[in-house]
Amino acid sequence: MPEDKNNTGAYLPRDPSSHPAALHPPYRSSRLRSPQAAPLSFPTTLSEDTGPVFTPDILGPLDGDLLHNFAASGQSAIGPRIIVHGRVQDQFGRPVKDALLEIWQANAGGRYRHAKEGYIAALDPNFGGCGRVMTDAEGRYSFRTVMPGAYPWPNGPNDWRPAHIHFSVFGAGFAQRLITQMYFEGDPLIWRCPIVGAIADKSAVERLIAPLDMENTAPMDALAYRFDITLRGRQQTLFENRMEGL
Amino acid sequence: MRERPETASQTAGPYVHIGCTPNFAGLTGVHPEDLGRHMITGPTTGERMSLTGHIFDGEGEALRDAMVEAWQPDAAGCFAGQTGADPDFNGFGRCPCDADTGEFRFETVKPGPVAWPQGGFQAPHISLWIVARGINLGLHTRVYFADEKAANAADPVLTQISGNRVQTLLARPETTGAYRFDIHLQGPDETVFFDV
Repeated sequence: MPEDKNNTGAYLPRDPSSHPAALHPPYRSSRLRSPQAAPLSFPTTLSEDTGPVFTPDILGPLDGDLLHNFAASGQSAIGPRIIVHGRVQDQFGRPVKDALLEIWQANAGGRYRHAKEGYIAALDPNFGGCGRVMTDAEGRYSFRTVMPGAYPWPNGPNDWRPAHIHFSVFGAGFAQRLITQMYFEGDPLIWRCPIVGAIADKSAVERLIAPLDMENTAPMDALAYRFDITLRGRQQTLFENRMEGL
Repeated sequence: MRERPETASQTAGPYVHIGCTPNFAGLTGVHPEDLGRHMITGPTTGERMSLTGHIFDGEGEALRDAMVEAWQPDAAGCFAGQTGADPDFNGFGRCPCDADTGEFRFETVKPGPVAWPQGGFQAPHISLWIVARGINLGLHTRVYFADEKAANAADPVLTQISGNRVQTLLARPETTGAYRFDIHLQGPDETVFFDV
């Protein structure tokens, strides 16, 4: 049964082993920004079971096309053209429809378009690096962009980020709110990255690595990568018992 | 049935603004307006208020690259999307911290009480979610109101918090309708965060 915005029920508790540690000293920025007390747990309430409501009419026609959404007329971004697609589902395998995905990334040279970014790689005048899409009734999404480049960052003496795309995901409930990063199959930098290394569970890292998906390439146009996202699931039976009394 | 594991979080990084508030990041012309810019969209009912604060790291430095999201019910305690919710209030705010001062600010209405699943009500509160470089999993906390003493004393979440850490969850009125709520990621004043 698809996830429904009107269907408010408690979410499964978060499994910390699926996530990075708050403090991972090799990732330097986490040292002063990680809470030291254990977070307080309680079952989700309406404040977390509900969430912001978005409808596809907020999307512009090019929001899912990073090749063109910042480009001058008749131009397109430079770099290997790729399609990124997948399915957003909950922990029970139910599709999450109308999920809003916001994406951002560096350009093909590994440079972000941001005032605080100083990497020597060139900006691409036709690439902004942001976009957004919503899932359909089956939880599917798709966008196209360029393959982002790897880049060095000030952490250790010589740390490089693997090529990645940032995803911000809104499901139906605020409890499902998630920001993550998608990596690319075969990138040797993934297992050297201190940000990735904050996740202790190897299989949790592997689920962030999108495999090349030859079946969904656009021949003579773009390669495809598949990235499926799993959000927290609602405890359906509790919902039925609970909401009737409210 | 064994549930599938949730997709792992990764930090929003220093350039979260590109994706979440592109106009703020100077990426104009892609989206007409940054998402979550306005929580109030019409002549909403209820008491107008502002919520202002900073987020401090373990050395007391204000974060200037964080993003804060707010989610709350309307003045009657209804969330957007629920039957009967105020059509002029969407309940969702998103604010990038000021690049120079680190301040975040929301213009909203004071939320109404929300039911507690086991019965009774929770004290009025605003849910916040904080992401930034160095934060590996977005932090959930709640803003309660220092001037709601009776409701706070009966709140089923606040009453689980021992000692004076409850103080870290109370927004304080500075002038009429203007509340301040500072967040401390570490240290003696560390804010209570929720695994919820």
